[in-house]
Amino acid sequence: MTLDPNTFLAILAMAAATVLTRIAGLLVIRFVAIGPQQKRALEAIPPAVLMAVIAPTALVTGPAESLATLATALAAMRLPLLAAVAIGVFVVAVARALIGA
Amino acid sequence: MKRAEAFQEFFDGMRAMAPLIVAVIPIGLVFGAVAVSKGLSSLEATLMSTLVFAGGSQFVAMDIWTHPASWGALAFSALLVNIRHVLMSASIGTKMPAFSGPAKYAAMLLLADEVWAMAEVRAGQTRLTPAWYAGLAVPFYCVWVLASLAGAAAGAFLGDPKAIGLDFAFPAVFTVLVMGFWKGRDTGAVLAASATAAVLAHQFLPGVWYIAAGAAAGVAATLVTRRRQEACA
Repeated sequence: MTLDPNTFLAILAMAAATVLTRIAGLLVIRFVAIGPQQKRALEAIPPAVLMAVIAPTALVTGPAESLATLATALAAMRLPLLAAVAIGVFVVAVARALIGA
Repeated sequence: MKRAEAFQEFFDGMRAMAPLIVAVIPIGLVFGAVAVSKGLSSLEATLMSTLVFAGGSQFVAMDIWTHPASWGALAFSALLVNIRHVLMSASIGTKMPAFSGPAKYAAMLLLADEVWAMAEVRAGQTRLTPAWYAGLAVPFYCVWVLASLAGAAAGAFLGDPKAIGLDFAFPAVFTVLVMGFWKGRDTGAVLAASATAAVLAHQFLPGVWYIAAGAAAGVAATLVTRRRQEACA
């Protein structure tokens, strides 16, 4: 049970950034008129950010990760979150074992 | 509202959230275990879940964790990963007439993807009350923190999460969430632009710039495709 000062500072900074994003929406609807163009840009942010986060894993890490991402995406069309995630984890473990990565 | 009614609303909210509360347990366990494998103590891992309470950004933080921790890079990546919360709080914020001003802000502190989605569904059916929202968010939050603690404590025994593919749980969660945002060809353009920019930035730039590059390219793509559609129409 240790608490490194740098780690603590990083956790506080992450918490501050996260709180900012959570209350910013309330401030936005109070002070900014959102037109169709702004709405489009805002709507594109969630998929764009999520895709950016997974792209290196999905595309350039290795065949096991690419295959598992594809399997997860296909599973997500039919199955709930947890089942799709379980399939992804299973596929990546099996593929790594087979490929030896 | 009478106290008995408030309790009833709280339990109704908790019942609606029950499947998601169960689903977050393994994710919290994995987070705790991954954090310990990155050199965080159990206290640090639990503190992060308590104060940050945003699984996506916490897993990204583990991805880019360094010793000593670089607070600027971590805060910036948390900001980028959680920027979607701006949209979510703007949307649900217009559906909270039953909340006082301070209650609205307090509710936003516990805004997670799952909480937001359930609250939006509720607001579409009936009046969203603070008691019902608390039943949704508070147990979910507590389970997330406790699962992180348990995962961190058990991390040493779980061994290398990579060997059984558990490190892939987080990219898998995000893959499922991406699929949920699919709304036709426009989304395809956003995803293609984001993925391309993110991979290029990941290969050539240090740190988490690839997230900013992907986000910017995705937003640019949606604005360009709209302009082209308007030009054709």
